[in-house]
Parts: sequence; structure tokens; C-alpha cells
Amino acid sequence: MKTAVVVFPGSNCDRDLAVALRDITGVAPAMLWHDDPELPEGLDLIALPGGFSHGDYLRSGAIAARAPIMRAVSTAAARGTPVLGICNGFQILTEAGLLPGALMRNAGLDFVCRDVALEVVATSSPFTRAYQAGGIITIPVAHHDGNFQADDATLDRLEQQGQVAFRYAEEVNGSARAIAGITNQAGNVLGMMPHPERVVEPAHGRTDGRRLFEGLLAVIA
Amino acid sequence: MKARVTISLKPGVLDPQGRAIHHALEGLGFGQVADVRMGRVIELDVADGTTEEQLADMARKLLANTVIENFRVELA
Repeated sequence: MKTAVVVFPGSNCDRDLAVALRDITGVAPAMLWHDDPELPEGLDLIALPGGFSHGDYLRSGAIAARAPIMRAVSTAAARGTPVLGICNGFQILTEAGLLPGALMRNAGLDFVCRDVALEVVATSSPFTRAYQAGGIITIPVAHHDGNFQADDATLDRLEQQGQVAFRYAEEVNGSARAIAGITNQAGNVLGMMPHPERVVEPAHGRTDGRRLFEGLLAVIA
Repeated sequence: MKARVTISLKPGVLDPQGRAIHHALEGLGFGQVADVRMGRVIELDVADGTTEEQLADMARKLLANTVIENFRVELA
């Protein structure tokens, strides 16, 4: 499985994500720079890491979403390449128009950094197929702008089409319908605020994030 | 030539920052405030001849997120 992590100025979860991908797939991911105009050939997964790209200036993810590499990411996503955006990566995917909605300031205005319980909702995507639908997993969040908002018609559509991948099983940030992660309609683009790469090995105290990568690996390898 | 793009949250979009400001104003005794919405103003120095339509294009492509925000452009 050939994977890549896109690094933006201000990304800070890129190395954790790279270690998780290397350990689970057995191959170190390509580390790509936001200014690269093209992607390597034959990628099986493009991952956008968490962090504070461009200092969260303007809006979280807004400037990164217009980076040169994002045109290539959009083209790959349209061709069906799996794209995973975690935290700031999710914000970048919504700003780039690859996922609907927007991530706004947390309803409580505070930066939330703790383990949260999540319900796995749709298991049809390659990212969630290794989980049990309705199962509760625990994955940490660390964000200030994770309050997912979209108009009611969009929210209804996300639910009806099975695009809600994860919901918070507790109050976290005010997200509409407790949405923690969504996929695009085709299911090959996932954005989520929680950090699965932080719970992949026993030393992390929990491995609930591991199945996300293993599920992907099983489909792609 | 100066231009200004004013960005505001769409009606109905929850504005936790506006709510916090409102709460603080009430705490200072300004009980007459019914609601507060926070936005942003971006001032640009642009070439002469720049049109409002070009500014609107900038707003749609970057300055505003039209999923949640409205914008207004002005040329000075």
C-alpha cells in the first residue's frame, strides 16, 4: 500500500500519522509538501494531518485548501483515491469543497483536548468497514474549531446517504447532529475531527484507531 | 485604490463568539443589547480599475466561506 502524508506549514500531527501508516502498512509514507504541484503516481491513500496550517489564519484550513497540491488531491479524490483528513485535515477538506459543511469555533469556545466516545455510524466506507456499526470507540480530540455545521438539507442528505461515519457519543463541541466525521458521497474521502493515529499501539493505552487503517489496508492491499 | 470586504455569518448560523461578547456586554451593564454577531473586515489595496465583481470573486474563492458566511464588497 503506497501512502502519502501532505505536510502544510503549521501541520503538527504529520509525524504521528506517518508512524501509524508505516507501522500498519509496513511501508513509510511519502511526505509531500503543500507546494508540490503533483502527487507521486499510484497512491493508495492521501492523508492530510492535523495541526494549525498557516496559523489558522483567515479560517482554519482556508489557506491550505488553496495550496498547489490540493488541486492534485482533488483530481485524485475524483478518480476514487482514498483521502483521509484528520482534524485540520478535515477542515482543509471542507474548505477545499471535497466535503460539505464547515468546522466552526467550538460552541463552548474552549480548546477541547481529551478522549471522547464515538459511535461508528456508517461502515460502508473503506475507512470504517473494520468497525462494527453502532459500536462505541474512544479516540482523542484536540481542536478549537471542530463544531461541524451545515444547512438542514445537507445534514439530512448526509444521514440519508450514509455519509455520517462517526458521531460523538457525548457532548464535545456543539456539532450539528453530533457529527464527528463524514465521507463524501462516493465514500472515498473521509474527514474526522478525532485523531485515530493517536490510538494505534498498546503504548498509546488504547488501539481504537488502528482498525481504521487496517480496514483501508485490507481493501487496498 | 482601497477596497473593503465585510464578512458576516449567515443568519441562523450559530455564533458562539458573538454570544460570548453579548454575555460580556451584559456583564458590563449594557442590558440594551439584544444580539451580537461577529464578522471580519478585510481591507485591500488594489489596482485602479479593479471592479466589484473581481472583489466578489476574491471573496467567493478565498476571503469568505459561503457555506456559513455572507460578504459585501466596497470600493473606496
